[in-house]
Amino acid sequence: MQKNYYQPEAETMQVEDIKKLQEEKLIKQVKYVYDNVKYYRDLMDERGVKPEDITCLSDISKLPFLTKDDLREAYPYGMLATDLKNCVRIQSTSGTTGKRVVAFYTQNDIDMWEECCARAIVAAGGSNEDVVQVCYGYGLFTGGPGLNGGSHKVGSLTLPMSSGNTNRQIQFMMDLNATILCCTPSYAAYIGESLKEKGYKPEDNKLKAGIFGAEPWTEEMRRDIEKSLGIKAYDIYGLTETSGPGVSFECEEQTGMHINEDHFYAEIIDPDTGEVLPEGSKGELVFTSLDKEAFPLLRYRTRDITILTREKCSCGRTFIKMKKPMGRSDDMMIIRGVNVFPSQIEAVLLNLGYAPNYLILVDRVNNTDTFEIQVEMLPEDFSDTPKVITKKEKKIQSAMKEMLGINPTIRLVAPKSITRSEGKAVRVIDNRKKIGINI
Amino acid sequence: MAIKQLSIFVENREGTLVTVTDAIAKAGVDIRAMSVADTNDFGIFRLIVTDTVKAKQALDEANAFVSITEVVAVALEDKPGSLAKVVKTLADNNINIEYMYAFITVSKQFAYVVLRVENNEETEKILVENGIKLVTEEDMEKL
Repeated sequence: MQKNYYQPEAETMQVEDIKKLQEEKLIKQVKYVYDNVKYYRDLMDERGVKPEDITCLSDISKLPFLTKDDLREAYPYGMLATDLKNCVRIQSTSGTTGKRVVAFYTQNDIDMWEECCARAIVAAGGSNEDVVQVCYGYGLFTGGPGLNGGSHKVGSLTLPMSSGNTNRQIQFMMDLNATILCCTPSYAAYIGESLKEKGYKPEDNKLKAGIFGAEPWTEEMRRDIEKSLGIKAYDIYGLTETSGPGVSFECEEQTGMHINEDHFYAEIIDPDTGEVLPEGSKGELVFTSLDKEAFPLLRYRTRDITILTREKCSCGRTFIKMKKPMGRSDDMMIIRGVNVFPSQIEAVLLNLGYAPNYLILVDRVNNTDTFEIQVEMLPEDFSDTPKVITKKEKKIQSAMKEMLGINPTIRLVAPKSITRSEGKAVRVIDNRKKIGINI
Repeated sequence: MAIKQLSIFVENREGTLVTVTDAIAKAGVDIRAMSVADTNDFGIFRLIVTDTVKAKQALDEANAFVSITEVVAVALEDKPGSLAKVVKTLADNNINIEYMYAFITVSKQFAYVVLRVENNEETEKILVENGIKLVTEEDMEKL
């Protein structure tokens, strides 16, 4: 297979050269932040660290971390490193877990971000001969604008669909021969389901690849989507705080996402102690931007739990790879004292042949956590007596117990009764948060 | 010989039964008999109707979750002891009844019983041998 890169000079750089480049950029970026961002300068002064103390990559461990709380604290302009007149764009997080975080971009920042997305599209086989259908949300959410910009850079014909209106998505996809689909994995699964309902077979569409991200998804879900759409599904990763999607992306090997190391420096730390862990260890992913102008972040804790590895990749890219995050620690629930990730629940369901449509309900009754998982039943689960359903519920329950270590209540519900998402899927309703229990 | 029963999944929520019964009504189908199996979270609404195909289609269109099961129906003299005879016959032949329900019509001569058993053919054979009258799909349409 012919190897295609958007920016081969960066993507296939020798590892020593990457490190050298990162070191040069880091030293500059730290000084730039210290000089221009009072919030971070104060954090550095508190620790007694000066920009001159950062002379090589490993010195980064001397720098303080930033968390989402810092960004909320500094809202809206506290992290801004340049004059507003130099900025051309604002994007924002969804703000579902509290105050929004807003990120600023200069034109150079936008170009860098879009180039990262362009690398992802080319890695998924995209070129100027492709029709890229972007059904991530457009607007403040970075998904739509990021992939849209990347697709322009590649020269692909871009369909700026935004999310929602599935009938129209399908009509455009079929009529205009879309070849690459960009959306959340849950929406891709829903589009696949809708195509099937309309009587289309996977080979009826012209899609060859999908670039899916913005929410955690499992390998099982990947295989399901690939089958239902007849495509190869690529993972993409990013967060508004660092730029947006495209911080890392998957190549045809599908064994992890290459981090765009010429723009971002990644570390894995012990989430409890903050200690930097060696390559191959599982821990929290921390990013440092290396050349951002408007909203540079040093040592930003993503809350994502993953592993970094720099094994030789058959695609020829030399950038370090991160494993699919096992779930943001924000998504992690502590139920009856046990850590539970929605991705584990999804894996169990997909393994048993269920669709990735489920709802996790957590509450606290009489000081005990209640934990219910609603799952859409399969046609064969239902006959004329409740006992067949009860038996299936027991089967799912014991598989969950094996995976999670605790017993959820399983409730099979009618097919299509769980609301489908057009953007990020709502999988968890934790009512303990409403009543102010500290979890 | 067995007749078709519609089983409809109904969640314990307001209005679900309305959707189901409305769909059947609009299809112009008459309900002959019904029974409900209920649990804490859902119920199964079992129906014998005049036109199963039409009712199933209407329910599918209303996004109801439906399955079709074959059940045995018998016609009994509407007098004391008739049901006891059926039940005893089945018990004597080691046939378990999973569930059953009865209905009557305006004729007053017969009462009808719907039986859900493991093996319809075997049950029907035993019932016929013991002089119990079975009801067919055609009979149901005329009731």
